[in-house]
Amino acid sequence: MRHKAAPRTGVDWFLLVLKVAMFSVIGFGLFAFVLQQIDPNNWLAQQINDDATGLTADQFEGLIISGVSQGAMYGLIALGYSMVYGVLGFINFAHGEVFMVGAMTGMITSNKLLEAGAWESNFIASLLFIVMVAVVVSTLTAVVMERVAYRPLRGSPRLIPLITSIGISFFIQNVSVVLLGPGAKAYPDLPDWWTETQTIGFLEVQRTRLLVVVVAAVAMGALWYLVERTKTGKAMRAVAEDKEIASLMGINVNRIIVTTFAVGGAMAGVAGILWGIMFRSVVHTTGFLPGIKAFSAAVVGGIGNLGGAMAGGLTLGTAESVAPLLILEPLGVRGVSQLRDAVAFSALILVLLVKPTGLFGERLSADDRA
Amino acid sequence: MSKTMTPELAPPRAVLDQDWGRIGRFGGLIALSLIFVALSNMPVSMETFDLIADQVTLGDVSLWWLLLVAGFAVGKEVVLEGMTTHARGPRDIVAGACTGAVAAAGLSVLAVLIDNFDLRDPLINWSPQTLEKLSLGGSVGSGVVLWLVAGAAIGGVGGSLHVLSERPRRLFVTMLVSVFLIAILETVLSDISEDIALEWLADIVYAKRGGLTIVGVVLVAVLSGAYSWWGRVRAQEAKERFQSLEGADRTRGNAIAFGLVAVATVVLPMVLGGITNELLANVGLFVLLALGLNIVVGLAGILDLGYVAFFAIGGYTTAILTSPNRGESWPDWMPDTPWFAALLLVMVFAALTGLFIGAPVIRMRGDYLAIVTLGFGEIIRLLFLSDWLGGYTGAAQGITNIPGVNVFGLTTVKGTNPQAVFYLVAAFCAVAIYVSWRLEKSRLGRAWMAVREDESVAEAMGINTVNVKLMAFVVGAVLASFSGAIFAAKVGSIFPTSFIILVSIVILVVVIVGGMGNIAGVIAGAVVLIGVLGGPKQPGLLQEFSNFKLLIYGALLIWMMLQKPEGLIPNVRRTRELHQEEFLQDAWLRGEIDTDADPSEGGVAPA
Repeated sequence: MRHKAAPRTGVDWFLLVLKVAMFSVIGFGLFAFVLQQIDPNNWLAQQINDDATGLTADQFEGLIISGVSQGAMYGLIALGYSMVYGVLGFINFAHGEVFMVGAMTGMITSNKLLEAGAWESNFIASLLFIVMVAVVVSTLTAVVMERVAYRPLRGSPRLIPLITSIGISFFIQNVSVVLLGPGAKAYPDLPDWWTETQTIGFLEVQRTRLLVVVVAAVAMGALWYLVERTKTGKAMRAVAEDKEIASLMGINVNRIIVTTFAVGGAMAGVAGILWGIMFRSVVHTTGFLPGIKAFSAAVVGGIGNLGGAMAGGLTLGTAESVAPLLILEPLGVRGVSQLRDAVAFSALILVLLVKPTGLFGERLSADDRA
Repeated sequence: MSKTMTPELAPPRAVLDQDWGRIGRFGGLIALSLIFVALSNMPVSMETFDLIADQVTLGDVSLWWLLLVAGFAVGKEVVLEGMTTHARGPRDIVAGACTGAVAAAGLSVLAVLIDNFDLRDPLINWSPQTLEKLSLGGSVGSGVVLWLVAGAAIGGVGGSLHVLSERPRRLFVTMLVSVFLIAILETVLSDISEDIALEWLADIVYAKRGGLTIVGVVLVAVLSGAYSWWGRVRAQEAKERFQSLEGADRTRGNAIAFGLVAVATVVLPMVLGGITNELLANVGLFVLLALGLNIVVGLAGILDLGYVAFFAIGGYTTAILTSPNRGESWPDWMPDTPWFAALLLVMVFAALTGLFIGAPVIRMRGDYLAIVTLGFGEIIRLLFLSDWLGGYTGAAQGITNIPGVNVFGLTTVKGTNPQAVFYLVAAFCAVAIYVSWRLEKSRLGRAWMAVREDESVAEAMGINTVNVKLMAFVVGAVLASFSGAIFAAKVGSIFPTSFIILVSIVILVVVIVGGMGNIAGVIAGAVVLIGVLGGPKQPGLLQEFSNFKLLIYGALLIWMMLQKPEGLIPNVRRTRELHQEEFLQDAWLRGEIDTDADPSEGGVAPA
């Protein structure tokens, strides 16, 4: 937060050029896209990318829907990053691994249920059961992590817990490799009804994607209730604002921090199951990229801001799904789907350059804003 | 400080006056570790590795050492000045035995579970041999009893270490560790002994089918014991004498030590075999990377998680400039540049990339910076991998046919000649060490440290923090690009899979374990970790652990951060920063800080 009008240095000029370049790529890409949509054979569109075909309405709809459902998942994971950052002021890099643990637990439980025959005969109950198990295991992972690694480091320089969390992330990934093997593991097939599409108004949505969005909305609502309407939530907000004062007010800071980790872990567990249902496959590295993207989502939405985390997740998910085809393809970039992750990271960089406090404003204590 | 005073010891506590909660916690923790080790298949897969011929295998040790550690750790006490410290006695042995028994009980539960349920489905490593191993040859029931007894016995031995006075304890530990090390490094040591005509010694120490012979065990134990009993004190004294040297003497001493290391670096590869040289070359590449990251993380305090990007830039630029097989989109007139000429361009390009990545991130908060640099690292890898730039970078097929380094027409350095590669790497490491060393003492180096300690204060002192941090990025990038250039020439081909984020993290672990900000520490970290465990894709000395090395890296990182964030060979100033509170407390205890004084009058004495 600098308010002084520093003279422009070389770096400032460079950043200005970078911002202008990024925005002009976006603007130009969108312009080219619109031209192609109007008529793929018009002269200007041909100049830009002569084998572009444009998108049909169905394709566009599909991109948006997959972006939103993916984004809802990022949002759920992002809540954990955002809450921990709000309360403790550091990035819990290993949170993506908590999500992976949830997905793995779901895989194991659902396969066991399939063996027992319950998966097909009673799908809804099985689903609730695996969500429950995954939530419990993820929550435990998060809480143990806090107790073993982060609590002893409270008050140390801020990069120390970050480096520790990288170690934890690495450790959990490899525990999974050693115990469960390095290969990808499949979720059992869903009942046919779930893989079919459902028509809502003019939208045709695959039912699993619908489920993802609904579950994310319910989880978000529950979290909002917890944080804004209960005593624990009030205490959490107080601890996020100022730990010392909060403890003087009779709040057990340690317990609130554990609760924060637990709630974040539970959300990650739910997201893990959603991942399993949507992609039906999980590996030990499953948590890494979604974890980083979820953190990006938290930053995009404004760190410490829970509604922002969800909104950031939706923004990032949609951007990553739509931008390659909307911006890069019209510019003549080949193999755009390979650049999805690059687009997500570029979005993070862009947001941090233009609005470091995120789209919806960050909510941090004065200390952490430094 | 505890060394300077001998605290009055209170009589030992009663045997049953135990901290049962602590025993339960430690026992439970070790039980979990034991279960994890058992399920990771270590006991079975390492069964074929004999430590002592026909007696002890690595598989056995993988379980036993935990029990020993449990017994020892549970009795550890922090000695505080002004608090009563009890003499050690049978109580510690009992505590160790109880912890060992609790841990063994956990393992027995696993044995019973395996016996009754099919755990194979999610836990792929479980096998009938695991059960056999866990029941120690007999039935599960007898195995449980045997484990409980063994756990209590080994834990008791661990606990009894506290009862011994310092010298015999050190003797015991040194002997145990030396025997283990000599046994586990068998392949390398016998290779080396062949190269330096000490084969007869290896034949005495090692059995034909692997493992130490009994004679070997006794020999190693006696020698290491003798060193621990008599030699250690002298070595310590010699070290202190060396450290107390000042002025010209110190410079001369340093020069001699440096000369010895240099001679060893030159001579050693000549006597060593190809595999060891290959290993040394890999270590050298990582030393170079670690020295570069040390400047960024250790000196300037910028946590760069995308450091692999510069390694990739170095490798790819070299490949594109030197290989005739570069992507088809490059113009035909592009010449196949010789490696040394390409290196100049590589440097320039790496420096520019350093500026490009550095400029957007340096104003960010430290932790945001970490994630964004990680993002840059991934973006660069994805771009190299993409079909979009595939015409220039070869996409997933990479760039092949990279010629070796032609050294003035004398010889060609490439992967088939690891010795030459090592010399090349060593030369660049020497340059990197010199540069790091000079920079650390320079105005720029002091500016980096000032920025690391407190950015606002550094700015107030007139340091242009932006430029200083950018310089750190540039210097780090150039050093990494050297490593990448040598890597490209060594391997002869280059693929995006060599530049995954994992590489960044492994370099970070090397720097942190070795000691952030300390050149010697960083080099030692690279030699120990990359040499012994191996790099992300490079094998190390201990092939047996190759499945577990990443796990060990993760665990090491956590453990170092919790116990010794300054690293194994710490930088003095860095240590002070990390333990500022403890230093202040110590100073307060010594009476150097007067808390009642008005701070404006300078209540803090210079520490």
